[in-house]
Amino acid sequence: MMSEKNLDLRYFTGFLPLTLLCLFLLYAPLIVVMVYSFNDSNSITRWDTVSLRWYYDVFYGLEAPKFKAAAINSISIAIMAATSATIIATLAATAMLRAGRFKGKSFSFALINLPLMVPEIVTAVATLIFFSAIGFTTGYLTILIAHIVFCIPFAYLPIAARMEGIEGVYEQVAQDLYATRLQAFRLILMPLMAPGILSGFLLAFIISLDDFIITNFVKGAGIETLPTAIFGAVKQGIKPNIMAISTLLLVVSVGFVALSYFVGQMGEKANPTTKPKGD
Amino acid sequence: MAASPQQNSRAMNNNYDGFGVPLILPSWIIIGFFLVVPVAMMLMYSFLTKEFRGGVIWEFSLAAYDQFFFDRGLFGDSPPVIEWTYISIFWRSIWQAGVATFFCLLIGFPTAWFIATRTGRNSTIWLFLITIPYWVNLLIRTISMKFLIRDNGPLNEFLISFGVISEPFHIINTNLAVQLGLFYSYLPFMVLPIYAAVERYNFALSEAAADLYASRTVTLTKVILPAVKPGIVAGCILVFVPSLGAFLAPDLLGGAKNFMIGSLIEEQFKGNAGNWPFGAAASMILLSLVLIVLTLYARHQARGQR
Repeated sequence: MMSEKNLDLRYFTGFLPLTLLCLFLLYAPLIVVMVYSFNDSNSITRWDTVSLRWYYDVFYGLEAPKFKAAAINSISIAIMAATSATIIATLAATAMLRAGRFKGKSFSFALINLPLMVPEIVTAVATLIFFSAIGFTTGYLTILIAHIVFCIPFAYLPIAARMEGIEGVYEQVAQDLYATRLQAFRLILMPLMAPGILSGFLLAFIISLDDFIITNFVKGAGIETLPTAIFGAVKQGIKPNIMAISTLLLVVSVGFVALSYFVGQMGEKANPTTKPKGD
Repeated sequence: MAASPQQNSRAMNNNYDGFGVPLILPSWIIIGFFLVVPVAMMLMYSFLTKEFRGGVIWEFSLAAYDQFFFDRGLFGDSPPVIEWTYISIFWRSIWQAGVATFFCLLIGFPTAWFIATRTGRNSTIWLFLITIPYWVNLLIRTISMKFLIRDNGPLNEFLISFGVISEPFHIINTNLAVQLGLFYSYLPFMVLPIYAAVERYNFALSEAAADLYASRTVTLTKVILPAVKPGIVAGCILVFVPSLGAFLAPDLLGGAKNFMIGSLIEEQFKGNAGNWPFGAAASMILLSLVLIVLTLYARHQARGQR
């Protein structure tokens, strides 16, 4: 009786249709583009037959070299930015959660999250002005530096969440058994942290791969990442090959996020050290 | 052991006591040097003299802010009157972001509620479905929206073929398109914090309200909404703040007539305007607006905790 009533109170008429509407709105544009990327026609309006023509065009067509170069830039920058951000964020999380009190701790928390609070366009302007003022030529390196900065908070969040869940006692036991602090960190904390670090890395990777505004400001002439190359192409109208590229990028992004999610889940299950709830 | 549990648990988290500063130093250096210093420089640039075709002359000037707020006539010698062009662009951005936030709340709240009241694994799956689109490149999502709502796009074709409308419904390059784009860009940001708040909601409160003969509507507005308000406020901030400075949705969906702050700023650096101090000033004003919103939020939060 109680539980029935409970269930009843959780129910509001119309919330299920609204949820379905929400999902529909989120997915409809993506699905439409995915479907149309398989259209054989030259025009994006008329539906012809199903074919992989535009996927072939992406890899071997006229614009293929341009997009290939952009993809290589995007991926290499994303790997380096995510790696750097993950290392920095892991050290920062250790400082915030394992090093007791130190000067500037509360300020550090705000600083790490600062890239999330400053609007992207403002970060873009500030970074461009900075590089121009110190006479740094904009290009690959400036994109990489800018990406490391905004990847740090995204890497930090899952890493810190994971570290919070691991009790300090394991490292202490190691130290009682004459492990040095460094050994305790490397041999005890790091393996336990692995799922958190991996999902932090994957999120940072996606965020870097996705960025358009900041990259567009600090890239300089002659270098493109995938989003800036796509944006440039779309300025002249959406062409079928853009839909094929979009679909490919979409699949990669979703794949990575799913991977990150499952890695996190696996870590949660495989790990006996997560604090029991209510302890 | 004499140590109280509290001391003990604090001790457990101090394994690297004394190494705090060296461990945090890399983030200080990177974020400090490549974000805090740049923002300070941007503030400085907003008080410099513009050089044509981008860049600055190192001479103090209030010209950028003057240009933003005042109109001094064609030759700059008329008495200053308020210049509405840029203020209205900011006002339009605030309005557009506000409308998008409102619609996100309208759809996001029931969605978050529905998901949070599913049991066990179901709720995780629903939540995952909501978050997936967020991870798809924002540019690609915006292009998809543009493709869908074009005058001769699939949406119009669909509506015409089913006889709902006879003429294409013109959405693209209107305010509505921008609102739709912003709504689409940031909807998951509304759902997630509200979901978290509803999950913590104690349903005994609803039961108590029902026992005291409150109707569903009264329970919703007088009991549930106040209880999950922190989540709603957080969601609104997470949608409103990025919408305010958005560039892609207004640029790709709004066209030239529906300029927002993001496009105005971009124009000064990448476009033809090439007025760096003015772009820096506009960015500073945007940043101040955002900081005001965030400060109000932090105050509100602090008050809620007391």
